[in-house]
Amino acid sequence: MITDITIGQYFPGKSFIHRLDPRIKIILTIVYIVILFINQGVFGFVLSIGLLAVMYLIAGIPIRMILKSLKPVIPLIIFTSVLNIFFIGGTVIWQWGIITISWEGIRLAVFMSIRILALIAGSSLLTYTTSPIALTDAIERLLKPLKYVKFPVHELAMMMTIALRFIPTLLEETDKIMSAQKARGADLESGGLIRRAKALIPILIPLFISAIRRAEELALAMECRCYRGGEGRTRMKQLHLGGRDAVAVGVMAACLAGVILMNLFLPTVL
Amino acid sequence: MPVIKTEHLTHLYSVGTPFEKAAIQDVNLEISQGEFVGVIGHTGSGKSTLIQHFNGLLKPTAGKIFLDGKDIWENKSEIRAVRFHVGLVFQYPEYQLFEETVYKDISFGPKNMGLKEDEIDARVREAAALVGLKPEVLEKSPFELSGGQKRRVAIAGVIAMEPKVLILDEPTAGLDPRGRDMILGEIQQYHQEKKNTILLVSHSMEDIAKYATKVLVMNQAQVYAYDTVEAVFSRVEELRALGLGVPQITRVFYQLKQDGMNIETNVYSVKRAKQLILEKLGKGGDAQ
Amino acid sequence: MEELLKAEHLDFVYNEDQQDGKQVLFDVNLSVSPGEFVAVLGHNGSGKSTIAKHFNAILLPSGGTVYVKGIDTKIEEKLFEIRQNVGMVFQNPDNQLVATVVEEDVAFALENLGVPSDEIRRRVDEALKTVGMYDYREHAPHQLSGGQKQRIAIAGVIAMRPDCIVMDEPTAMLDPKGRREVLQTIQKLNRSSHTTVVLITHFMDEAVQAGRVVVVDDGKILLDAPPKEVFSKVELLKSVGLDVPQAAELAFELKQSGIPMPDGILTEEECVAALEKLLKEK
Repeated sequence: MITDITIGQYFPGKSFIHRLDPRIKIILTIVYIVILFINQGVFGFVLSIGLLAVMYLIAGIPIRMILKSLKPVIPLIIFTSVLNIFFIGGTVIWQWGIITISWEGIRLAVFMSIRILALIAGSSLLTYTTSPIALTDAIERLLKPLKYVKFPVHELAMMMTIALRFIPTLLEETDKIMSAQKARGADLESGGLIRRAKALIPILIPLFISAIRRAEELALAMECRCYRGGEGRTRMKQLHLGGRDAVAVGVMAACLAGVILMNLFLPTVL
Repeated sequence: MPVIKTEHLTHLYSVGTPFEKAAIQDVNLEISQGEFVGVIGHTGSGKSTLIQHFNGLLKPTAGKIFLDGKDIWENKSEIRAVRFHVGLVFQYPEYQLFEETVYKDISFGPKNMGLKEDEIDARVREAAALVGLKPEVLEKSPFELSGGQKRRVAIAGVIAMEPKVLILDEPTAGLDPRGRDMILGEIQQYHQEKKNTILLVSHSMEDIAKYATKVLVMNQAQVYAYDTVEAVFSRVEELRALGLGVPQITRVFYQLKQDGMNIETNVYSVKRAKQLILEKLGKGGDAQ
Repeated sequence: MEELLKAEHLDFVYNEDQQDGKQVLFDVNLSVSPGEFVAVLGHNGSGKSTIAKHFNAILLPSGGTVYVKGIDTKIEEKLFEIRQNVGMVFQNPDNQLVATVVEEDVAFALENLGVPSDEIRRRVDEALKTVGMYDYREHAPHQLSGGQKQRIAIAGVIAMRPDCIVMDEPTAMLDPKGRREVLQTIQKLNRSSHTTVVLITHFMDEAVQAGRVVVVDDGKILLDAPPKEVFSKVELLKSVGLDVPQAAELAFELKQSGIPMPDGILTEEECVAALEKLLKEK
């Protein structure tokens, strides 16, 4: 059933990582990605992946969840690895006709693969340990300065919240409409591409109509609850930076410094 | 031979996870041709899951379903044909309308059956008439009709497939009393004209008592009872314990009996109640 | 006692500024006093929802005036004061919940009103306890049943501490269990917190529980009286497409046949008592 699809990837818990301020988590995730890309050597990777592994352990996220998040990027990794291996010039170690494989190519392919995998695993940790609403909230607060250049920060956050709220509802609705049309003999499983696309019409039209109706009703309900945009709005949950946020920032800063130092003093290893 | 028969029908959700749950468990049921069956039970009692097995929308985890004695899952490629024989009208069916005109929407099912143009035309017109839609409505857009009218269009869309068995999941949900009486009246008329089998899922005991010949009670994934209206509604205490209840008028007569009155309790309509009271008071002749 | 809600000579025309304008309300006069529980009955399209939408300025009168606590709803500066005083609950529970977490949704109106954080927290918890959904405060709305969602919608409204709640067919899409839950919540609000309730419905068994029943037909007020009086007019109600409780209908039918049934039979118990008296006298 369609509704079995999990929305977001939040994995509830009360660990150190879960309880970090979501704003800090977003910033640290970005810093972590920067670390992955500025790093040039093996030791830097050992350090950054080690850090990630420790964080996963603290957060108590099972291994299969990590593997699940990595699975979709495997084609990308294969693709970039092939490009790197065959098209990067340098010390040739194998040649056949015009195809050459260089030492530098292999090195880059391996590094790039590690970077992509660590990047996905790192950003998944953010979504595993932060509820969608906390994420939306944090994004709204982080982007707050953009309000001064007339960027609709609150509206964007509100849209994200509503989207998150209605995805399960609309998925359930899709499921119902599909069943109803199947009960009228709609054939959704066979035929070529065009026929299949055409078979979607009886599902998409009712779905759009229903989404519009829901939007109208929701807008009315929001107005009745005195909604008038972000102006003068307060929030029930305030975000407070605490001691553990300081610890997390310290650890990440140390890791960043470590990688920079390694780049400076151990650049030639491998 | 029963038109629909199930043998040890079981459906499990989320198999292999900690959330595994039986939506229906070992259901054995025989529904005869021409019956008007009222289906009652709580939300989550399994009634929705059960009816979606009858037309092959859901596949049993275990057990079998027979339509006219034939196992519907015997040949997977023929499951679509089963859906033409067992028509299912979902709750709030107006939300499945999608065509530009009422005519086109009603013809969606018959077209999927691969019928000829003139046959489709005849069926669309007949189905529309059966649910009380006037011919001029056929050329209108379904989206400009009232809620009750839209629902008639959706029901006609299923009736036009001329199913042997018509299943309706709460066809009156959200309608006002007048809309409810009209739709149920049309369904009753359809039943009388076509002599087809009807399954009506409803929360209203009054409606079940008024229209159905038999009642199927689902409870906790199993068939709790399947019997005549009289037999089922005579089990007042049990139905109350299930939280389902009986028509208000039945409760009145049940209470009279409990209080030691010498009176029958198989009363499901105000008409019958009036007749009975007048008889008891020796004024039977006055009843119109 | 000053009226909380008051409609005076209220007319309303849909699409007033266009050629195809359609008048749906005709000279409606209705007032609701603080603490009342008023049910508004009528078939679909009778205009009952249109009346309701005038009480928190979603719609403004085409003719006549609507007052909330003495404030004319046409005064634009008072819009939020009016909406905070008259909470609205709608039919479809799914389409009125905004947030992905129950407690965040209940906080929505208070956040809009600029209430301080700790005060919001207090009021949200209080509102959730009132509707009996405190234990579900961290759930996502789509994990809840229809009745539970509707109770969350009610909590979101009562968190504003309105004087009055107007409910537009809040039980129409619910199963019997959900209907019971919502109705019990409504009664609790009316009885223990003295919140004024206007319940728009076409279920007569819900209207029976109100202190006053207003029957609307074709945009006009047809009846405005206590339930006992309203439901004794069986023929009139049936003629405008409404139901009557079976007990009341039986009493009416017997009376028509010359049986001396007492007036004002509404509930099962009253019907049983009257019938027993009759049968014993025989």
